[in-house]
Amino acid sequence: MKNALGSVDTVLLLGGRSEIGLAIVERLVRAGARRVMLAARGGTAPVDRLRKLGAEVHLADFDAARPETHAALIEDAATRLGDLDVVIPAFGVLGRQAVYDADPVAAARDVAVNFGGHVSIGLAAARRLREQGHGTLVVLSSVAGVRVRKANFVYGSAKAGLDGFAQGLADSLHGSGARVVVVRPGFVIGRMTEGMSPAPMSVTVDTVADAVIDGLRSGRRTVWVPARLRPVFAVMRVLPQAVWRRLPR
Amino acid sequence: MTLLTGWGRTAPTPARLSRPRSVEEAAALLRAATGRGAVARGLGRSYGDAAQNSGGVVLDCTALTSSWAHDPATGLVTASAGMSLHDLMTELLPRGWFVPVTPGTRHVTVGGAVAADVHGKNHHVDSSFGAHVRSLTLLTADGTLRALTPDDELFWATVGGMGLTGVVVEATFACVPVETSRMWVDVERTRDLDETLEVMTATDDRYRYTVAWIDLLARGGRMGRSVLTRGDHARRDELPVRMRRDPLAFAPRPRLAAPPWVPGGLLNRATVGAFNATWYGKAPAARRGLVQGIAPFFHPLDGVAHWNRMYGSRGFVQYQFVVPFGAEETLRRVVERLSNAGVVSFLTVLKRFGRGTPGMLSFPMPGWTLALDIPVGQRGLAEMLTVFDEWVAAAGGRLYLAKDSRMPASMMAGTYPRLDEWRAIRDRADPEGVFRSDLARRLCL
Repeated sequence: MKNALGSVDTVLLLGGRSEIGLAIVERLVRAGARRVMLAARGGTAPVDRLRKLGAEVHLADFDAARPETHAALIEDAATRLGDLDVVIPAFGVLGRQAVYDADPVAAARDVAVNFGGHVSIGLAAARRLREQGHGTLVVLSSVAGVRVRKANFVYGSAKAGLDGFAQGLADSLHGSGARVVVVRPGFVIGRMTEGMSPAPMSVTVDTVADAVIDGLRSGRRTVWVPARLRPVFAVMRVLPQAVWRRLPR
Repeated sequence: MTLLTGWGRTAPTPARLSRPRSVEEAAALLRAATGRGAVARGLGRSYGDAAQNSGGVVLDCTALTSSWAHDPATGLVTASAGMSLHDLMTELLPRGWFVPVTPGTRHVTVGGAVAADVHGKNHHVDSSFGAHVRSLTLLTADGTLRALTPDDELFWATVGGMGLTGVVVEATFACVPVETSRMWVDVERTRDLDETLEVMTATDDRYRYTVAWIDLLARGGRMGRSVLTRGDHARRDELPVRMRRDPLAFAPRPRLAAPPWVPGGLLNRATVGAFNATWYGKAPAARRGLVQGIAPFFHPLDGVAHWNRMYGSRGFVQYQFVVPFGAEETLRRVVERLSNAGVVSFLTVLKRFGRGTPGMLSFPMPGWTLALDIPVGQRGLAEMLTVFDEWVAAAGGRLYLAKDSRMPASMMAGTYPRLDEWRAIRDRADPEGVFRSDLARRLCL
């Protein structure tokens, strides 16, 4: 249960090795969360740090590409952790557009993870949160999906789909006690973007995690990281297509 | 689904709220409860999440008021659990009787008073509510009614058990005879915390009712300065002549009501500081034999209906702890830290506790109890209270469940030594785990 000052007891991280995901979990544990499940392919994830902070850490095998297993995973998490206070699907793949252009099958496979996997786990989690009458689903969207760019339109379109899904889900949960926080980071410097040159207004993993914690506390529905991307994208969204098309990245 | 919070108005959760009009209806609702369980709720004066049940059933028991009886020969009152202490006082006082224990509000139900084992200003001589209960009727998870007395272990799992053993539907308890509905009060100011503790230790036992209000915003040499209010029921011959004609009159009305919407931040350092200075300043240095009504003496806040709204929409937390006698140093450290941090606590109350009851989760133990009201949103509040938790636990103290809305489960387990014993009895009374509340989930009860 979330307490009067906003700290929670339980956290479920899907994509248990995700840098951003683990950074959020660590902050929640420092603020008082005591039972955590890290769900990742092969059932391995870094547990030492969280255990040292005093959390009871459970591991589970999780494959984003196998939606038929997702509902059972949520049930398993609820059995082992109790009520799910915060659920964070943080899995995803960031492939290069040039590779996708040459390998449409790989593109479809990644979209199935980046969008489809989030849909099945999101719906399964939402059903549980609705039933328990409380809890928050953190959806890691991206500015890449706010307006899709030619430089990474396969990834961007999956994020666009995910963002739309999260908005709809948030509305459908309204009044149930459960809620959705949609996070829209810009370019995040970290393992996922290693070797890429940072875009303007790029942020670190820690900045994203701090912003998510803020969003969980404040009750906001959309969290832009950094916050000034919100006005920037208000402009980006209405740029004429001819200009947008010519953006270098 | 209805969104519910406690009196502190924090952490709302939805529940199916039903208002049974009879014990049979309540039993039927329990049988129909799903996996999310059920819990009883009275007048919602627990500050935290004790009477919330996210996604489950909450039984509003305030309509269970079908019967009450008073035996003037023994002083015993038998009342339905939904009756409020206010209603009881209204009935009892004109007959020359008073409830054995009243908390700082009379708008609590008899069921709630048992479940939280409430205490009042007379704890140092009379213990808590449960000490005066002679028998009670508990509606358990299987829909049966059990008559319990202090010889039953389930009785003491229910007294202070926060509604998690069943629904209290009736209680019989001993009341006290009074000559008047007035209080004979001594008011006294102290200069600092040392003097407050000294005076209370030396002379509290001369009074049946005592409490100290602490000005937490006073610093330095005045840190812990307090107003002590102590008294007893006035005898008829102590009343001014004009009151003697109707010595048992009791008809309090709330004079004010807080509006439904109050901006957050109204109670801040400046306003509370000004209030505290005025309150302390207007109290006489020492005044003996003040005649006061029951309501202003016991329930000053009941004079403002919905006073909890004054904290704004984010609500407030109550932090009430007890530490044993001998742990005055812990008390001092807490007051010092609060005073230095300039934490706004609107009403800070210090009280000496006497003997506790055998209630396994009952809060009071011999020692000092301090209660704070703190608006949510002050920077560093969560961290500061976590530090206090450690101090309180290290001193052998604990927190009051009826006030709590934030302690970690580990603190509960570490400071209520009879928790496992309580769990075993609860599991026998409720093997399917029907009785659940947000508090129970949060504290892993």
